Amino acid sequence: MKKVFCLMLALCMVLALAACGGKTGDDPAPADTGSSAPADTGSDAQQPADAGGELISVGVINNDPNESGYRTANDAAMRATFNEENGYKATFYNNNDAAQQIATAQQMIQDEVDFLLLSPASTTGWDTVLQDAQAAGTQIILFDRMLEADESMYVAAVVSDMPAEGQTAVDWLAAQGLSEYNIIHIQGHMGSDAQLGRTGALDEKVAAEGSWNYVTQQTADWDEATARTITQSVIDSGKPFNVIYAENNGMARGAVAALDAAGITHGKDGDVIVMGFDSDKWAFEEVLAGRWNYMGLCNPLQADTVDSIIKDLMAGNAPAQKITYTPEQGFDCDTLTQADVDTYGT
Amino acid sequence: MMTPVKNPETKVKQPGESFFKRLIRQQLFIPFAALALLVIFNLAADPSFFAVTIKENSLGNPVLSGNIISVLDNASELVILAIGMTLVTASSGGQDISVGATMAIAGSVILRIACGGQVTADTLQAPLFLAVLAGIVATALFGAFNGTLVAYFKIQPMVATLIMFTAGRSIAAWINNNQLPIMNDISFKYAGTFLPGIPVPTPIFITAFVILVFWLVLRFTTLGLYTQSVGINANSSRLNGLDPQMIKLLTYVILGVCVAVAGFIRVSRSGSINYSRIAENIEMDAILAVALGGNALSGGKFNIYGSILGAYVIQFLTTTLYKYEVPSTALPAYKAVVVILLVVLSAPVVRSKMAGLRLQARAGSIAKEAK
Repeated sequence: MKKVFCLMLALCMVLALAACGGKTGDDPAPADTGSSAPADTGSDAQQPADAGGELISVGVINNDPNESGYRTANDAAMRATFNEENGYKATFYNNNDAAQQIATAQQMIQDEVDFLLLSPASTTGWDTVLQDAQAAGTQIILFDRMLEADESMYVAAVVSDMPAEGQTAVDWLAAQGLSEYNIIHIQGHMGSDAQLGRTGALDEKVAAEGSWNYVTQQTADWDEATARTITQSVIDSGKPFNVIYAENNGMARGAVAALDAAGITHGKDGDVIVMGFDSDKWAFEEVLAGRWNYMGLCNPLQADTVDSIIKDLMAGNAPAQKITYTPEQGFDCDTLTQADVDTYGT
Repeated sequence: MMTPVKNPETKVKQPGESFFKRLIRQQLFIPFAALALLVIFNLAADPSFFAVTIKENSLGNPVLSGNIISVLDNASELVILAIGMTLVTASSGGQDISVGATMAIAGSVILRIACGGQVTADTLQAPLFLAVLAGIVATALFGAFNGTLVAYFKIQPMVATLIMFTAGRSIAAWINNNQLPIMNDISFKYAGTFLPGIPVPTPIFITAFVILVFWLVLRFTTLGLYTQSVGINANSSRLNGLDPQMIKLLTYVILGVCVAVAGFIRVSRSGSINYSRIAENIEMDAILAVALGGNALSGGKFNIYGSILGAYVIQFLTTTLYKYEVPSTALPAYKAVVVILLVVLSAPVVRSKMAGLRLQARAGSIAKEAK
């Protein structure tokens, strides 16, 4: 029995190494990239570059693909774009810990990658990495998340405009014309870009309008089960509410489970308005079926934009603007169509 | 001396006569006191906390609703884990810190089989019991892996289980090809929500059943006794004909089964899974429940009911904090304060002092009565 498991673990490690690609075979951190990665990496990892001269070498540092459906789609898109078929020799690293990300970034810079694609887990602490990169001639492109640094330290950023997402959602909610807004606000991981943006707009509105109130405002850390517990506790307390503003789809799903258990109607003709964010296909379907009212799209597919920026840079053209925002919009149950679901669902 | 748990319960109060019973009473004293404190606080602050009403859920079934029901319901996973964790603690003198990660594995296996490999399934693709059975087998094997490292390779439990703690969630993701499967079949959710026509949440029944099973096992088999003696002194129990390594391994496998049941309840609540968030940090709560139950984390004698009570205390505390809208970022800090209090109170030094005080008080009252 234990032999089988030794074998399994060994297999995982081998796969993890394979997933890291040829270049970082001796990278100190491959085990972390780990067994989460191997399944969909296939093509980019199996054959280490033999025609190395023509390939653009990129290091991709991202968050843990298991964090959310959004991240899974984001990571998969990056891996689908940056591979040998598209002219890249790519090294991938996934971790939610900024310190680990920074250590790996420094390793990649020492390995002299041409481009470092970065989705930082935290907005601060990257100064030395940015300076090292500049000294080594490695160009940094941020994707999905921003960090706190002078614009001159990176060549481009392709990110989601989180404050705009929050504003769009709040404007939509205001347009529903309820006489009173009693909101259960379920926040994401405190301090993350997405949480700050999506909370900001709502906080402003609640402070400004007398008829907008928080019934509760708590973080569920992106966790469905915690969101359910928070909603359940509001229901148990008997306080009236008519809006659930959850900062991602998973948490909205958790909140809806609590509503269902208490027999509270929600969605199109229901008593409670349900709002979620991100791009999950199943959530689109909830909206389409009228069980939810609104979903703020947060587009995880930045890979193509990053790809074209790199190709432009290689051709000697600087990107048109420093920060490119991915196109985003809000969808509600009255206007969403199956075509939208197919286009944007991930 | 060797079978303290099996001592018949009598309510003799004379100090000195039944030393062991007083010890047990003292062990359960802390979690009971904590529970009583929470109940009194809630009664004083807002008696409606204990209101239980009947509502109709979205399927038209009448269901019970209220904070107390929520506590019993939401504590289910933790209670089941705490039971297994108590046995592991008693036999090996250490804790399994991988239970959250292996819960992710159990959930992943169950969903993989129930969804038949699809990302979204509207009906069960395989019989539910098959999926659950596969989940149980999977985590029992991972439990055996942990147990082997602890029992046969003599690795510190925390270090041995660190492997699965680190790798577990990645393995869980790998089982489903990094997809996040969603199961929409209503019958899949019975175990995590309500059975049709029954107003009590199903997890409460599952937990009661698990507790009953362990009560029977500990009452009618030698598992408890053996676990305890291995934990107290592995060498002398070997000299007495026990196989300490096998018993340690067995406790880890039992914990593995508990993990699968808890994992099933968790994924069954919503029909979906998020590998890096599901049951995050639950291992710490499970260990805390064992400690709150007055069990020595260094192994040996144990009281499974203490741990169960400890788990309910933790959930009661969490629900209370939610009710008073303590921001959930501050929740761990509040929990920490309570934990410090309880741990200090249950420290042997403090307890012997308290016992001394109580003895004095009792002596005083007896003296008064005599007068």
